[in-house]
Amino acid sequence: MSLALLAQLKIQDRSSATSSCVESNGFCPQWIADNWERYKTPLIQHIELTLISVAIGFVIAFWLALLAHRRRWLIPPITQFTGILYTIPSVAAFFLLLPLTGRGSTTAVIALVAYTLLIIFRNVTTGLDGVPAEARDAGRGMGLTAHQLLWRVELPLALPEIMAGLRIAVTTTVGLTSLVFLAGAGGLGEAIFSDLQFRSNVVVAGGLCVLLAVVLDLLVLGVQTLLTPWTRAAAR
Amino acid sequence: MTHTFAALGEFGDAINFIFSSRENQRGAPVGGSHNLPLIWEHLKLCAVAMAAALVVALPLGLVLGHTGKGSFLAISTSNVGRAVPSVALIALFIAFLPGSPEFLNVTLALALLAIPPILTNTYVGVQQTDRDAVDAARGMGLSGYQIIRSIELPLALPLIFGGIKTSTVNVIATATIAPLVGVVTLGDPLVAFSVYGREGQIGASIIVAALAIAAEVGLSAVQNAVTPTGIKLERGAEGRARARFGLTKRRIQTAP
Repeated sequence: MSLALLAQLKIQDRSSATSSCVESNGFCPQWIADNWERYKTPLIQHIELTLISVAIGFVIAFWLALLAHRRRWLIPPITQFTGILYTIPSVAAFFLLLPLTGRGSTTAVIALVAYTLLIIFRNVTTGLDGVPAEARDAGRGMGLTAHQLLWRVELPLALPEIMAGLRIAVTTTVGLTSLVFLAGAGGLGEAIFSDLQFRSNVVVAGGLCVLLAVVLDLLVLGVQTLLTPWTRAAAR
Repeated sequence: MTHTFAALGEFGDAINFIFSSRENQRGAPVGGSHNLPLIWEHLKLCAVAMAAALVVALPLGLVLGHTGKGSFLAISTSNVGRAVPSVALIALFIAFLPGSPEFLNVTLALALLAIPPILTNTYVGVQQTDRDAVDAARGMGLSGYQIIRSIELPLALPLIFGGIKTSTVNVIATATIAPLVGVVTLGDPLVAFSVYGREGQIGASIIVAALAIAAEVGLSAVQNAVTPTGIKLERGAEGRARARFGLTKRRIQTAP
């Protein structure tokens, strides 16, 4: 038998080997291509849960940080309270919420929101604290009211730190959302656990989680670049 | 005891589950003292994983921080670590190392999860030590090892313990999903509803949350105790100076 024929046989063997690859629990690109559809719903659930949770968490934490910006004495109690929420494992939170909200995405979102609060609150507060006193003085000298000072001077200067917090919140939430299947809310974690032993499944579902985290992280970074044109001017 | 907490509804049942044992529908004993083996397995798993993570991350962070090399590795490992979900990591070990014992697989996965915060915090902690102090030590003829041992390590301890704290809490939380792959930790009542019932699910969740909070509070106390007095004083002074002169330093995100 000539070498060429051997090579041809081998190629044919591989291309028709989908089922045997699955049977021997290998990494099977063909199986992945054929079964791509089954990851669509979990992926969409995953994205929805992550975005909703981070959005709600951001609104609450941002509001708390603005509140504490005026009333400094609020910072320690808020940090402690959100710290406790951050410490309670999300898996435990899913089940602790059972008697109150039952199983499903409401429970999942509450637990995920609770987890983001500390991260975002801390970064907004740090960002606002880092605003140079000269910038504040200049703003006041221009006759800005406290409200104008906050929105036109302090928040824009605090933006990089705020966005850094948002990025951490997003990537962490993508990771935690892979556990919400325990609360009956689906997501990519459910896909992983639907066949834990099968390598192709684990790699695809796990890979999608990581990819989602990276993409969302880059999106937030992009928004930050758009919102802070002056940092680009300074870098030039 | 059984009816003491009945007024609290399902939470009352759960607290009862924690303190008093009973027979489940199949007649197997659960709850009360039967939770102890679960707690023990949970703590054992966390302790072994944390020990493994410390052995790797601490020396590596100290050396990288001391030499100033590998900043990309030390910083980005943390970012990557956040993005890789714990479930996926455990599943990877199960799927690709099918022959090895479950306990070992889960330990390795948890150790990998625990490494990034410790590594990054140690690196940043050592990097941020006062360069003047290090120069002075070098001028006094201290060797590299001596500088790490008696200058950089003590000054970096608060950040290092911050990383250890974050990792520990994370590992305690993640060990809850170990029963899904055959290691019977405190997560068992959460995933085996038919064996433990709802009071078991909620009761075990309360215990896990209590363990995590205890670890957080305990390690915070340690963190506070190992912080050199000089750093505490400086932190207050620096904070005031920053607010006054608006010194904004490029901050590297570290675990709290």
